[in-house]
Amino acid sequence: MDWRQLWEIASAPDNVPIVGMIPLLAFYIYLAWKQAKANDELIGELEASPAMAKTHHRKSWPFRPGWSKEVHVWPFLLRIEFLAAMIVTIILMVWSITLSAPLEEPANPNLTMNPAKAPWYFLGLQEMLVYFDPWIAGVVMPTLIIIGLMVIPYIDTNPLGSGYYTWKQRKFAIGTFLFGFIVLWISMIIIGTFIRGPGWQWFWPGQTWDHNRLIYEVNRDLPDLFGIASNWAKAVFGAIVVGGYYLVGGFVAHGLFRRYNPKDYKRMSLLQYSIMMFFLLTMVGLPAKMLLRLAWHIKYVWITPWFNV
Amino acid sequence: MAEDNQNGKNGNRLGLLERVKAGVKEDVQSLKTDLPAKAKDQVEHLKDPTKTQVYTSIFRHKHDDTPRNRALGVLSNVFLHLHPAKINRDAVRYSYTWGMGGITFYLFIVLTFTGVLLMFYYHPTKVQAFRDVLYLEHDVPFGKLLRNMHRWAAHLMVIAVWLHMFRVFLTGSYKKPREFNWNIGVLLLVFTLLLSFTGYLLPDDQLGFWAVTVGTNMARATPLLGHEGPFGHMLGMTPYNDVRFGLLGGSIVDANALLRSYIWHCIGIPIVASVLMIVHFWRVRKDGGISGPAPVMLESEVKEPK
Repeated sequence: MDWRQLWEIASAPDNVPIVGMIPLLAFYIYLAWKQAKANDELIGELEASPAMAKTHHRKSWPFRPGWSKEVHVWPFLLRIEFLAAMIVTIILMVWSITLSAPLEEPANPNLTMNPAKAPWYFLGLQEMLVYFDPWIAGVVMPTLIIIGLMVIPYIDTNPLGSGYYTWKQRKFAIGTFLFGFIVLWISMIIIGTFIRGPGWQWFWPGQTWDHNRLIYEVNRDLPDLFGIASNWAKAVFGAIVVGGYYLVGGFVAHGLFRRYNPKDYKRMSLLQYSIMMFFLLTMVGLPAKMLLRLAWHIKYVWITPWFNV
Repeated sequence: MAEDNQNGKNGNRLGLLERVKAGVKEDVQSLKTDLPAKAKDQVEHLKDPTKTQVYTSIFRHKHDDTPRNRALGVLSNVFLHLHPAKINRDAVRYSYTWGMGGITFYLFIVLTFTGVLLMFYYHPTKVQAFRDVLYLEHDVPFGKLLRNMHRWAAHLMVIAVWLHMFRVFLTGSYKKPREFNWNIGVLLLVFTLLLSFTGYLLPDDQLGFWAVTVGTNMARATPLLGHEGPFGHMLGMTPYNDVRFGLLGGSIVDANALLRSYIWHCIGIPIVASVLMIVHFWRVRKDGGISGPAPVMLESEVKEPK
């Protein structure tokens, strides 16, 4: 166990934000989960007895008689904002006094940094470069992430859970978001920060970075496994595999979604449904391709003269 | 007539002197009486400065603790008027809001402030940029603190934006009628990352240089628009006319890239982001204020469309 190596990575000034973000994220997930649980219990009670639902309060923070429903922004909100600004300022001041921003040698195009890492918030994308060509990992995926986030309000037809924390009423939406945000985005950033060393090779936390390490790993293309040699056949084969993934995966996802989310399924239009399926399958395609690589050393699935997937 | 005239003349002459004398006497007398009286008045007046014209011209309403004045304190203030006068008592609960949107905006203000100060010491040229950072670190009073604060506030802003998005998602706050504002928010998130990324190159050190080299190398592979991207060469893309060339102002990360980075970082993106922020805050109000904590809704109460 090379503690020094681990400390060097964790305490590198530009890694401190992600180190700090992990407990912060854990805290806020706990906070959200606690409130979701309270709300779900309330929802369960009210659904069990319709008579109670007519008169009982609808918030897990009960309203006491005699309380005014509204409060003045001045001072009840502004004092919170002021306090928040003060606390943030103090944190920033202490952080800035105790830890200096990184400054390396002057830029030198002839001296390549190894590993050359993007800022921590883009390390998820850089990590994707291991599994995909740059046109997917660096251009198409980020674009799809942005568009995917933007279409969320238009494909989520579930009217429940607007304005309160809940798990029971939005299992699919929240589960999918947690998968995309925590499991894919954040954990890939953590891998990129803590695990990737020189040559973007995998070094477990605490393993000494070996700049001379070579991995004799032969990646194969999927068509080669099937003995397909001609370029045209490879292109057609890949198109079938990728298309097949969307068709078969779509069919499986359709079966599951229809069964477990019948109401959402019924509410969604064809356009909403197909857009959701496309983004869902594309998102799941990322770990699928990772699995192909890690388990069977597959480099490309679809090889064409113009692009490879 | 003549006598009258003469009398008048003499009378005038004498009268003038008399009158001047009398006048001066009066003036002196008035100074003796009026001045203390006025001074007394003035002192009385100053004891209650809120009644002065200067004060009332600045503050348009009284400040004694009445509901009306509390509301006016927010509504008649340009910096506070984005708030409503009153809000739902639960809406101020930190456990619901997490305060991350407000913290993001506050960090943007901190970054603007420290950023403007940094601009006084920084030249976006290959010769000077790195030296300016060294100068800031070692010679400018509080220069190091200034740069550190700018750096850490930027990282903190990225975290705050992500947590804000996370909270908004978990509370379903993007649902009707807030769909459009969620989209503005996604754009603001992208611009936050771009702001941070364009700032990365500015110290002109190895860290920034290679991060931006790695980052913009991906632009080579842009489908259709990059010279190494799918179908790029079919559209005549070369290293000298593709999208990466446009980003860097050249085929390598050099002086033009530094200047472009600087202009996007200090002028271009902040303006666009500010405009989007205005829309974002405006829509928060127009879409009915903060989304909750709303009363829970039951499955049985959903009105299904036919």
